[in-house]
Amino acid sequence: MTVDNDLEGQIAEWRAYIHRRRELHHTDAEELEDHLRSRITELTEAGLRADESFLIAVKRMGSLDELSREFAREHSERLWKQLVLPGEPDAPTAARSRRELPVMVLCAAVAALAIKVPSWFGVDLSGDDDAGFYARNASLFALPALAAYFAWQRRVGLRVIGALALLFVLGAVAANAYPLADDSQTMVLTAIHLPIALWLVVGVAYVGGDWRSDRRRMDFIRFTGEWLIYFVLIGLGGGVLTGITVNAFAAIGLDAEGFIQSWLLPCGAMAAVIVSAWLVEAKQSVIENMAPVLTRVFTPLFTATLLAFLVAVVWTTNGIDVERDALILFDLLLVIVLGMLLYAISARDLTARPGLFDRLQLALIVSALIIDVLVLAAITGRITEWGFSPNKTAALGENLVLLANLAWSAWLYLGFVRGRMPFARLERWQTRYVLVYAGWAWAVVLAFPPLFNFA
Amino acid sequence: MHITKDLVAASATPLVLGILAEGESYGYAILKQVNDLSGGQLEWTDGLLYPLLHRLERLGHVESAWETPAGGRRRKYYRITDQGRAELAEQRRQWAAVVDALRGVWSTTQSIKPITAPAWGAGL
Repeated sequence: MTVDNDLEGQIAEWRAYIHRRRELHHTDAEELEDHLRSRITELTEAGLRADESFLIAVKRMGSLDELSREFAREHSERLWKQLVLPGEPDAPTAARSRRELPVMVLCAAVAALAIKVPSWFGVDLSGDDDAGFYARNASLFALPALAAYFAWQRRVGLRVIGALALLFVLGAVAANAYPLADDSQTMVLTAIHLPIALWLVVGVAYVGGDWRSDRRRMDFIRFTGEWLIYFVLIGLGGGVLTGITVNAFAAIGLDAEGFIQSWLLPCGAMAAVIVSAWLVEAKQSVIENMAPVLTRVFTPLFTATLLAFLVAVVWTTNGIDVERDALILFDLLLVIVLGMLLYAISARDLTARPGLFDRLQLALIVSALIIDVLVLAAITGRITEWGFSPNKTAALGENLVLLANLAWSAWLYLGFVRGRMPFARLERWQTRYVLVYAGWAWAVVLAFPPLFNFA
Repeated sequence: MHITKDLVAASATPLVLGILAEGESYGYAILKQVNDLSGGQLEWTDGLLYPLLHRLERLGHVESAWETPAGGRRRKYYRITDQGRAELAEQRRQWAAVVDALRGVWSTTQSIKPITAPAWGAGL
């Protein structure tokens, strides 16, 4: 009897030890415990004593470090931030994590100073003449520093560093070599698309050069969502800081606005890019996966809105008024729907069975698709009338890129909801499609200005 | 004889799928069967079978369900899917090609005699 109690005590201790690992979920622990018990039973039947059997069974299970590393590799959604999976806690790693903060501060300082460099050469931030220069180059101040931070943290190889540098140089050349007038459409397009293209370049650094891996790409998508949330939060805090600074100095008769406009705002925004990234990496367990939470809140609301809109279109038989900005509005709608799809995927337990939320998500995608097809149908008639200006071509191209993604996603989702396809197919489709966004963003930045004569 | 880690890893998927093709099973029983099939030559670290099973589940090759046999412990059973069977057939074709190629090599290089010839014949 006491032998049994001893054994149970030992197993309970082992279980507690397993539960301390974040990589291993409760059900995994249960599955492993079943295995352990089976092994112990077999060994005791073969004539070993209970405690001997326990020791051998634990030993055969393999080292817990190795085990959790394998589980983490398979279930990266559980602790997606650990790109460098928990290795043996050797001395260099510990020293490295101590250096993490100073390196981050250094990168943030470089980003903050980078935006001031042009003003030393007479390109003034507050001057109206040079607004175009800053709009085109905004992403070139902070993102190289961010990429450098990740390159350092992930210890990427020289070839990857070379490729990253080359892409940033290419971006800089594209933004500045073309003779783009400040009020031209292609200038605005470059200002919008270059950040997207370069953000995906940062992604290459984020995944440590392993950009072919679907799971690593998914990690980057998760990172992007969390980063955006932290960035907005820091922005809100910055707004409060700005307001207090202005008013406090105004109270003693000093005008702080000049300082705020030329230093606090630009430098703060650039540094916030790096600090947000660092926060996502370091504090990931504090605010965990906000983007998926927001997605769960807003998916039903957006679905209801879109369905109501569709019903209204049918009921009133009002055609959609395709004004100049209609395409951009519906592009935004598709982006939002896609974002909600992405962040629903990113936090999903991939083996869970389809539930109510999945049907809701499918309804959201399908209604967005129907609306978009209506808009496209209304617009094709008028596109000849407008002609292909850079803006319209870009908006139409984006619409098609997103439409293709969502249409195939809806198909895969339908297969999943009907139990015909594993969810992983949908995840793989989304992570592979990232390449299309990169291709499109670079095409707009590199090919549009010459195609449209820098209009 | 010690079989290298790479070979063990490469053969793990077809072995597990092959065993599950015979009927549903659970982790410990799968491991026992691998052991029996290989005459104790293939040594897996017990725990590492589970991440593999979870990966196969994510890819849709197998599906799982918790079941409680009468008077027994709750246990997670794995079952192969149609997609898993297709994958198994594909793996089988690939392995056949590898084995054929190896056979060719063994017969042309007669000078290098395997030390324990039966192991290869039985294993493959």
